[in-house]
Amino acid sequence: MWRVGTVVALHDETATARTITLKVSDWTGHLAGQHVDVRLTASDGYSAVRSYSIASAPNSETRIELTVERLRDGEVSPYLTQELAVGDRLELRGPIGGWFVWRTQQTEPIQLVAGGSGIVPLMAMIRSRVSACSAASFRLLYSVREPGAVLYRDELEALSDHDHSVSVTYAYTRVAPKDWPRPPGRIDAALIANTTWPSNLAPTCYVCGPTSFVETATGLLSASGNSSDKIRTERFGPTGDRQ
Amino acid sequence: MGIISRGFSGRHGATDLKLPPGQHLTTDFPVLSAGPTPHVSLDRWEFRIDDGTDVLRRWDWKSFRELPTENITIDLHCVTRWSKLGTSWEGVSLDTMLADVKTDASYALVRSYGDYTTNLPLNDLMNKQAWIAFQFDGKDLAPEHGGPARFLVPHLYLWKSAKWVRGITLMHHDRPGFWESLGYHNCGDPWREQRYSGDE
Repeated sequence: MWRVGTVVALHDETATARTITLKVSDWTGHLAGQHVDVRLTASDGYSAVRSYSIASAPNSETRIELTVERLRDGEVSPYLTQELAVGDRLELRGPIGGWFVWRTQQTEPIQLVAGGSGIVPLMAMIRSRVSACSAASFRLLYSVREPGAVLYRDELEALSDHDHSVSVTYAYTRVAPKDWPRPPGRIDAALIANTTWPSNLAPTCYVCGPTSFVETATGLLSASGNSSDKIRTERFGPTGDRQ
Repeated sequence: MGIISRGFSGRHGATDLKLPPGQHLTTDFPVLSAGPTPHVSLDRWEFRIDDGTDVLRRWDWKSFRELPTENITIDLHCVTRWSKLGTSWEGVSLDTMLADVKTDASYALVRSYGDYTTNLPLNDLMNKQAWIAFQFDGKDLAPEHGGPARFLVPHLYLWKSAKWVRGITLMHHDRPGFWESLGYHNCGDPWREQRYSGDE
């Protein structure tokens, strides 16, 4: 039931987020959007478990990537982002979750809305679209505190500039780059109207982020005409659940 | 014991003794829902108990609020591993709502605004085990936490405590609800750590 993953690579995405690549020899595959439970065990037997979204696309390999954002006062995320070393072994369960997933058979337009590290499961969907050569049209609205907090920036830029497979809109909440057209602030109705799929195209919307962000984003998507059965959400709270 | 995580000590706390296996304490009240938060106005709110064919009982908000209420203090255990202890609610016991219902059904499918469902054995809803709550901490229940009214079935993982409830269908045969169809355990007893399908 608990699988063992060996850390084969570590990559710092930002000052506080790290991607962990694990080789899991008995991995049976996953869907984009699913998560795993990770268990740490102290030498006295005490253990702590948290859920982390899978960042990598489903593939035939037995490797998965998790991107973990370090939480102040976190119990597990500081260990995973600061202590963990290549060669260490981690216990994990999963993949888990069958609702907040994008399947490669889906052909409808896809609207992704990320708040902060809520980008992680959405990135798995984008990568899954690329690796499956899907023709589904993706848009991503990515709300993030400041430019330095953007995860996967180079990869997202390559995808939107060269491949046009996903169009990306950044919305900065605290600090925007110089000459950015929109002042820093939370997402609003105008941004939703100007950058997301028109609701008459009946996109499936995936919204992931902190609870207050998800409440705001889903409210705006509903108000702009998206039906609630086309909006799927994944929320995480300050306790560090579901990063 | 699992693999020792080199250099991990974690947080130990005496209060952890009260928690089901694999849970950790939170003082926040995190929200976990599959979709947008429905906003249900009280003048169109209703709650029905049916048997799949006929409506057996029906309340609008006014008649629901005329039912006798109870103040309860309970522990919450979410399958995403947080637990919150000693939460205070006001609600109507399912014993009260099922009192005049004659049925030989064994299972219940709880239905919500927003089309969420969850299934339970009918026995889990009786004998002071389940409530429909409309107040949390002395205040009307906020929409993101399930207002105007939500189920509380505190002896099971919190996904069984459906938010935004609008009815119960009584059934002779069990039928999986939303999360129960998507990889989560059919029963969801936190003390037996019945999180995912495949757990014993």
